[in-house]
Amino acid sequence: MNSTMRDRPPLVELRHIRVAFGGVHAVDDVTVDLYPGEVVALVGGNGAGKTTLIKTLSGAHRADSGEILIDGQQVHIMGPRDAKALGVETIYQTLALADNIDAPGNMFLGRELVSRWKTLDYSAMEDATRRVMGRLNPKFLNFKDPVASLSGGQRQSVAIAKAVHFNARILIMDEPTASLGPAETAQVGELVKQLKAEGIGIFLISHDIHDVFDLADRISVMATGQLVGTVNKSDVTMDEVLAMIIMGKRADEVTPTDLEHLHE
Amino acid sequence: MSVTETTPPVTPQSAEGPQRSSFRNILRVAEIDSRLLGMLGALAIIWIVFHILSGGTFLTARNLWNLSVQTAVVAIMATGMVMVIVSRNIDLSVGSMLGMLGMTMAVVQTEVLPKWLGLGHWAIFPLTLIFGLVLGALVGGLQGVAVAYVRVPSFIVTLGGYLVWRGAAWALSRGRTIAPMDRTFQLLGGGSRGAIGETWTWIVAAVLCLGIIFLMWNARRQRIKFGFRLRPKWAEIGIGVISCAAVLGTVFVLNRYYLPENLAKRYAIEHGIAYPPGGLQIPLGLANPVLIVLGVAMVMTFVATRRKFGRYVFAIGGNPEAAELGGINTRRTLVKTFVLMGILVAIAAAVSIGRLNAATSGLGTLSELYVIAAAVIGGTSLLGGIGTIPGAVLGALVTQSLQSGMVLMGIESAYQQIVIGIVLVIAVAIDSVFRKRATT
Repeated sequence: MNSTMRDRPPLVELRHIRVAFGGVHAVDDVTVDLYPGEVVALVGGNGAGKTTLIKTLSGAHRADSGEILIDGQQVHIMGPRDAKALGVETIYQTLALADNIDAPGNMFLGRELVSRWKTLDYSAMEDATRRVMGRLNPKFLNFKDPVASLSGGQRQSVAIAKAVHFNARILIMDEPTASLGPAETAQVGELVKQLKAEGIGIFLISHDIHDVFDLADRISVMATGQLVGTVNKSDVTMDEVLAMIIMGKRADEVTPTDLEHLHE
Repeated sequence: MSVTETTPPVTPQSAEGPQRSSFRNILRVAEIDSRLLGMLGALAIIWIVFHILSGGTFLTARNLWNLSVQTAVVAIMATGMVMVIVSRNIDLSVGSMLGMLGMTMAVVQTEVLPKWLGLGHWAIFPLTLIFGLVLGALVGGLQGVAVAYVRVPSFIVTLGGYLVWRGAAWALSRGRTIAPMDRTFQLLGGGSRGAIGETWTWIVAAVLCLGIIFLMWNARRQRIKFGFRLRPKWAEIGIGVISCAAVLGTVFVLNRYYLPENLAKRYAIEHGIAYPPGGLQIPLGLANPVLIVLGVAMVMTFVATRRKFGRYVFAIGGNPEAAELGGINTRRTLVKTFVLMGILVAIAAAVSIGRLNAATSGLGTLSELYVIAAAVIGGTSLLGGIGTIPGAVLGALVTQSLQSGMVLMGIESAYQQIVIGIVLVIAVAIDSVFRKRATT
């Protein structure tokens, strides 16, 4: 993180976000931020609250309290449409694809292109999808069949193409490589670097600590709904981050004995 | 036109295609829906078998004309049922709703409006029909709100509706049969007066053919504009010729059904024509209910495949969560599908009372089952997300063909039900086997 970035307001700030399901605090007073051209990784064990936190930004959930600022302005995200209008695109872990619909249909789901007569413009949607795919995954040629018939990697391409086509300013990637082979994972990594270079801010949720160290600028660690801490990648080792994840301790609190325990 | 540039390299799939099955490959290249083709084949087999078993009475102009009219009511409702089932819901109330709406429209046109307008007033027909359509939309909307906003499963909501609307139909009529209907209403039901005659039938056929050609030309133009792969010329021409031939052939057969002798005699007297000794052959032409089915099927196909609403219904059926995350207002979309279903039931009810020239409180009993069967036989998946409007209309034609074929053979109604029940299960079984094979 260089200092010139810090002079500008963050692209996104999530301040004191709380989400409760029944009596359980899924997210408890978490504050994170994200600058343009930056990748912030959200890590933590299962049930740490990463996905729930990020859903308050993508519009899939509403926060019980706390505020969301984009470009320093407070915003109210009531649903996925609001988030998209603010330039927030999300690639969900489940991919959120309608299996019975083809790739162009999924890419434009909820934002279909229509002709003068308000009819679906299939050709224009297919054309746009072909263009994006030409950039992302030139091997992708199946534009007519339902996405149920596509491979895991191809399905992932469709989900990513959506975010790229609609010019996201803020991109949320929830476990983007979970269902991918090594080659496709590398491809996603390249894409993240490319988008980052274009000035897009990316929240990356991942279980893969190597991916995280490869791609992220900063790492926010969550445990049991709370933020353990946010660290610059360059300031920590992988072991220290693992210790934060497993023990829920801040980087400066982790002792050499803790690290030894980790390797037992 | 730069076809060579845009044709993608041969994919492994298409390379191994010809060895595996050249027929399937032809269908794929020509972009023909193999399921629809399979249904047409099944229909042809059913017709031929009945023709033989009934001693040559099934494939006659007279029987096919009647078949077309008998299919109408179920076909109209089946187009709406497709959308409801695609959205992962069900509507068990359509038969009862048909009874209630039919009865209400009967009461309005025979007992309410004549008080103000006088019997036989021209405005009785449009006012009654509009009243019925609005009531149908409201009733459907009420059930839709219960499903989408109150989150009661549609099975329960419409099971309740099944009882409520049937009870309402009875309460309204107290068991009476209300007849006769307004004269214009009778025309909706078909019959000797409710058909458009030979000339208009040919005009309708010509318009349909031109429509088919226009749509195909337009699709090809779009592909050229964006440089997509084109359907081979032989496929375009073949499909165009076969479709138009099918339309013209159907019309040719239906136009061979003439007014029965006594009615032809009356027609001759009314028109001052001398009745020739050999008999007068006046073709009835397409019946009004069949025209209504054509119109409804075209509008519903348009709505299902060309409008955002249709796309949203399919998205909800495919993955409700994805639809929600895509920013689709899923609840409003669901309410709309039920409103649409209600309107279609009202149209079917109008045709139904027109055809019977009466309304009884038992009107539409069991028809929900035939409507659902038509949709399912027509390829609609009860798991949601899959279904077509033309498939449902064909499904209605298949069930009605079975029924009227068995009537021609003099099979008792108890056995008819047994056969139709078995066919429904077999059709779905065959379908699921093929679908499994297609995905592996």
